[in-house]
Amino acid sequence: MADFVLYLRLFQYGFRRHSTYLAAALAGAFTNTVFGVLRAYVLIALWEARPGLAGYSLTEAVTFCFLTQGFIGPMQVFGRGLSFGDRIRSGDIAFDLVRPAPLLLWSLSEDLGRAAYLTLARSLPPSIAGAVMFTMVLPVSPWFLPSFVLGIVVSFGWRYLVTLAACWTTDDRGMHTLSALLTFFFSGMVLPLGLFPGWLRTVAEASPFAAMVQVPADVWLGAEPAWSALGFQLFWAVALLGLGALLTAAARRKVVVQGG
Amino acid sequence: MGDYLLLAWTWVRASAQYRTSFAVSIVSSFAINALDAVAIGIVFTHVTTLGGFSLREVMFLYGTSGVSFALADMLFGNVERLSQHIRAGTFDTMLIRPVSPFVQMAADGFGAHRIGRLAQAVIVLGLSLPVVPWSRAWMVPVMIVCGVVIFTAVFTLGAALQFVLVDAPELANAFTYGGVTLTQYPLSVYGEQLVRGVTYIVPLAFVNWQPALYVLGQPDPLGLPGWLRFASPLAALLLSAVAALAWRAGIRRYRSTGN
Repeated sequence: MADFVLYLRLFQYGFRRHSTYLAAALAGAFTNTVFGVLRAYVLIALWEARPGLAGYSLTEAVTFCFLTQGFIGPMQVFGRGLSFGDRIRSGDIAFDLVRPAPLLLWSLSEDLGRAAYLTLARSLPPSIAGAVMFTMVLPVSPWFLPSFVLGIVVSFGWRYLVTLAACWTTDDRGMHTLSALLTFFFSGMVLPLGLFPGWLRTVAEASPFAAMVQVPADVWLGAEPAWSALGFQLFWAVALLGLGALLTAAARRKVVVQGG
Repeated sequence: MGDYLLLAWTWVRASAQYRTSFAVSIVSSFAINALDAVAIGIVFTHVTTLGGFSLREVMFLYGTSGVSFALADMLFGNVERLSQHIRAGTFDTMLIRPVSPFVQMAADGFGAHRIGRLAQAVIVLGLSLPVVPWSRAWMVPVMIVCGVVIFTAVFTLGAALQFVLVDAPELANAFTYGGVTLTQYPLSVYGEQLVRGVTYIVPLAFVNWQPALYVLGQPDPLGLPGWLRFASPLAALLLSAVAALAWRAGIRRYRSTGN
C-alpha cells in the first residue's frame, strides 16, 4: 500500500514537473500540427493516386497522420532518453540504485505522469486541428485507450534501456541518436508501415517501435483486431521491462562508488 | 568573419577530440536525415509521379532544399538556441564581448557533425542532376545560395521571436524544420492557400520551388506570374532585411534575466 502511494506521488510529480512548461508544450503542439498538415498533404496526394493503399481509405490515412503527430509527445518518438541520464554522467545514479524503490518502477511512474500531461497538452491539439482542417474518423473500439497506454509503456521500456546503456558507453549521444533513428523510422511516424516494401515491412511491424505508434493508431482505425494488437504490445512491454530489470541489476554491480 | 571562423574552428577541434563520438554524430546526422529521402523512395514504389513530378524531379527539389538547409543550419542554425542562452544567463556574457552577438550565437557549439546532413543532401542532388538541362544549370547554384540566405533569415527570425517567447523556442521549429520539410516535396501537393502563404508571406517557395519550375521547365500549377521564377534573390534580400531588423529590435528590447 505504501508502495502504491509512493508511485502515485511520483506520477503526480512527473505530471506537475512538465505542466510547469505550458508555453513550451503548446509551442510543441503547434509545431506538431504544422508537420501534421505537411504530412497530410503528401499522404492525400499519394492516396488520391492510389486509393486504398495499405488498406486505408484517404480519410483513414489523414487520421493516421494527425493521430501519430499527437503520439510524438507522450511516446517521445524522437527517442529522447529519461531524465536520469544526467545522473549517470554525474554519478548520482549511485544513490538511485540503492533506494528501496527500484529505479525501473520509480522512473516508470514519473514517465507515466509526464506522458499523461503531454497527452493533454500535445496530443489533443494536433488531433483537434486535424479534425477541423481535414477530416478524421472516430475510434472504432474502446480498446484504443489501453493500447495507447501500452504504447507509452513500451516507449518507456525502450528509452529506459537506451538511458541505462550510458553506464557502459561513456558517451551516450550516439546511442540516443541511434534510438531516435530507429524509433522514428520503424514506429510508423515517417510513413504508415503498410507502405513499406517486403521484408522491411515485416521487420518494422515486428519491432517494438511498431508497438509505440503504428499499433495504437491501427486500434483506433480498427485496422487490426484489438486482442492481437494488445497482445503484441503486452509482449514488448514485458520483454523490454524485464530486460530493463536485468540491466539495472547489472548496472548495480558495475557502478563503483568513489569515496569522498 | 574572422571571429566567426576562429570560434567555429575552436568548436570543431573541441568536438574532434572525442573521435569516436564525432564520427558517430556525423554518421547519425547523415542517417537521420536520409530517412526523409528513404520515405520519398518508398512513396515512389507506389506511384510514378507525385503532384505531377517524377522521382528524379522530386529528388531535385529535395536535394536543393536539403543542401541549402544543411548549409544554413551548419553555419547559422545555432542561433535557435537563443532561449537557452537567455535562461542560463550566458547571452549576457556574449553582449559584453567585443564580437557581434549574432556571430557568437551562430558559432557557439558549431556542429561540424552536420556535414553528415549536407553530404546526404548533396548525394541526392547529385543523383537528380540528369533532369537538369545544361542550358538551365546556371540556376542551380543561384537557387542554393538564395536558399541558404532564406533559411538563415528564417532561423534568425525564429531566434528573434525567442526574445519575446523565451519559454516557447519550439515554435520556431515549425518554420525552420517545417520549411525544409515543406520544400522537400513539390508544392503542387499542398493546398492552394498554403502555397500562396509560402510565396507571398514567408517566402519559402523561393528556396527551390519557383526556380525549380524554371530549371525543370514545368508550368506553375497555380498559374502565378512567370517572373517569380527569377525572384529568389529578391525574396532572399527582402527576408534578410526583415530578419536583421527583427534581430536588432529583439536585442534592443532585451532585458537580462538578472542571473
